[in-house]
Amino acid sequence: MAVMTMIDAIRQAMLDEMERDDRVILMGQDIGHLGGVFRATDGLQQRFTSKRVIDTPLAESVIMGSAYGLALTGLVPVVEIQFLGFTQNCFHQICQQVGRSRFRTRGDHPAQITIRSPFGGNVRTPEFHSDSMEAVFAQSTGLKIVMPSTAYDAKGLLLEAIRDPDPVMFFEPLRGYRLQIDDVPEGDYTVPFGKLRVMSEGDDVTLVTWSASVPVVEAAVKQLAERGISAHAVDLRTLVPLDEAGLVEAVERTGRCVVVHEGPATAGFGAEVIALLQEQAFYSLEAPLRRVTAPDTPYPMPGIEQHYIPATSLVMRAVQEVLTDR
Amino acid sequence: MTTNTTPQFVPDARPVPPIRLLSPDGVLADGAEPAMDDATVIESLRYMVYGRAFDVKSFSLQRQGKLGTFAPLVGQEASIMGPAFATDPARDWLVPQYREAPALIRHGHSALRVALYRMGHPEGGRIDANVKVMQFNISLAAQVPHAVGLGWGMRLQGQDGVAVGYFGDGASSEGDFHEAANLAGVMKAPVILFLQNNQWAISTPREIQSNATDLAARAPGYGMPGVSVDGNDLLAVHKVTAEAVERARAGEGPTLIEAHTFRMWAHTTADDPTRYVDPEVKERWAKRDPIERVRKYLAAKGLWDDERTEAMQAEVEAEVEDVFVQAARYPDAAPDEVYAHTFAEDSPAIARQREWHLGG
Repeated sequence: MAVMTMIDAIRQAMLDEMERDDRVILMGQDIGHLGGVFRATDGLQQRFTSKRVIDTPLAESVIMGSAYGLALTGLVPVVEIQFLGFTQNCFHQICQQVGRSRFRTRGDHPAQITIRSPFGGNVRTPEFHSDSMEAVFAQSTGLKIVMPSTAYDAKGLLLEAIRDPDPVMFFEPLRGYRLQIDDVPEGDYTVPFGKLRVMSEGDDVTLVTWSASVPVVEAAVKQLAERGISAHAVDLRTLVPLDEAGLVEAVERTGRCVVVHEGPATAGFGAEVIALLQEQAFYSLEAPLRRVTAPDTPYPMPGIEQHYIPATSLVMRAVQEVLTDR
Repeated sequence: MTTNTTPQFVPDARPVPPIRLLSPDGVLADGAEPAMDDATVIESLRYMVYGRAFDVKSFSLQRQGKLGTFAPLVGQEASIMGPAFATDPARDWLVPQYREAPALIRHGHSALRVALYRMGHPEGGRIDANVKVMQFNISLAAQVPHAVGLGWGMRLQGQDGVAVGYFGDGASSEGDFHEAANLAGVMKAPVILFLQNNQWAISTPREIQSNATDLAARAPGYGMPGVSVDGNDLLAVHKVTAEAVERARAGEGPTLIEAHTFRMWAHTTADDPTRYVDPEVKERWAKRDPIERVRKYLAAKGLWDDERTEAMQAEVEAEVEDVFVQAARYPDAAPDEVYAHTFAEDSPAIARQREWHLGG
């Protein structure tokens, strides 16, 4: 075990996998000589050469599109898109080309590609750098959506992602890069997709969240405990595939649920979670299901982002409401 | 450094003359040296005739409601087959837009799959292992980055394969073409960016696509050579592509080739070009027919006559007929095929949806 930050765990996963499998290559903007704007790939080009850790021109669409071609030659590309908001510049390559390749060739041209990208607010980035777009990609088909919240999960899920035969979108919470610190095993391990993580066990209310909002929910769980309310909190880890059984079980346990995420509300992934619970856990519900999300507005200028991102105080208010609803 | 403030880079005043080896009458230009032997010319002619017959048959079936919308190749046969014969199916990749069926077939792709694809059968999407072609791409220019990745990937692994990415004058306005050309230049990717300028993007003429005098003139801007070629001249298209392939294999990087041709039929079976194509212009291009040109070339060498034309036509039509008979007899896809192959393993959501939708 080693104590490490999430960004170190992500780097460790790539390093280990490149040692293990020489088909794995990294590509993206500023990832080589500089080691990435967040240093996720620091030192990797020096270790593996510029043939395997590749600085590309500033052009997201051809980064993604050429990764697809590279994958068809037998390489395993791990692409870094510098910020998730910039995936909008290669949306058709991800959703229409890479995400549909296996389907439209009936399995003959699978696209084994991992797309890493940081997202999320509270770090005072300039415009367009903080958007939470998981719901946009979850609505597109053929893409796995992986969203770690801890250093331990980041390494295990990234190793699973790179080895997965299908395209995986791996969204890294910017704010957690250096704040999330865990004991991380030095050896090889994977965290399977589609298995949620129970953050804390409780009986009064269930909190469902993922990635960037996990620390917000953790804080809420603590404050609730101080008031004698025991919260059952779960981190979904992967939205596609979704741990449907685990989610239903977690909500049936308390009959009350608040879903917390950083993206906008309308057609956000919380809406999908709630629809699923309505279909599969309805008879165990004691109160209406609630969401705490960002508003349906663009991500604002950093000076007011604290009023945009779901705050622990809003989670507390929503919990209070579902506890008093009858 | 200079103090002269006149712009240093200006567009050419007029297009450069495209490279041409064979006149529209099939006469080899003085001093021209084709890179194709006579047997290969005859083989290419057969694929060109096959491609046209495939479209004639497809069109007839489409009008009978037995086949979906498709994009025909008529008029572009030399542009399509020239690059195919300049590549090696064993090591090179062909990346089509959507009119290049006979090139893919020559590269080892199954004609039955093409027929099934046009008939809307999911099995038409399949590509056999070791056949180095990508599936047709309806999203314009999206395939050009893929071609660059294919060529570049082979080079990274020390292989000597090249990739040919086909696209059109319309697609050359898409960002993907420009990003792909730029990356190909930077990475010295062994790729041929093969632009079939058929003058039309549905109803939008070439001059609305770009103010560039020649589309191939953009090549130096991406750090690569550019070639303008008569796209209805099989021998010229083949030779310039073969030379580009040779440069790419030798590690000299990509080439942009613009083949000047003309879409003689509609954009697709859903289009009506009488609303926008000047019949006189079309008539001029009809006189430059790529198939007729090859026949005349061979005839002048004493290698062709009307009898051979008729024999080849009959043979090819029988072959095409057989493909579509097989396609018509192909078993319908099971409803379950809607759910298959989204992922290697179904997600819980897909498994649940399949069970509920099909279980009742």
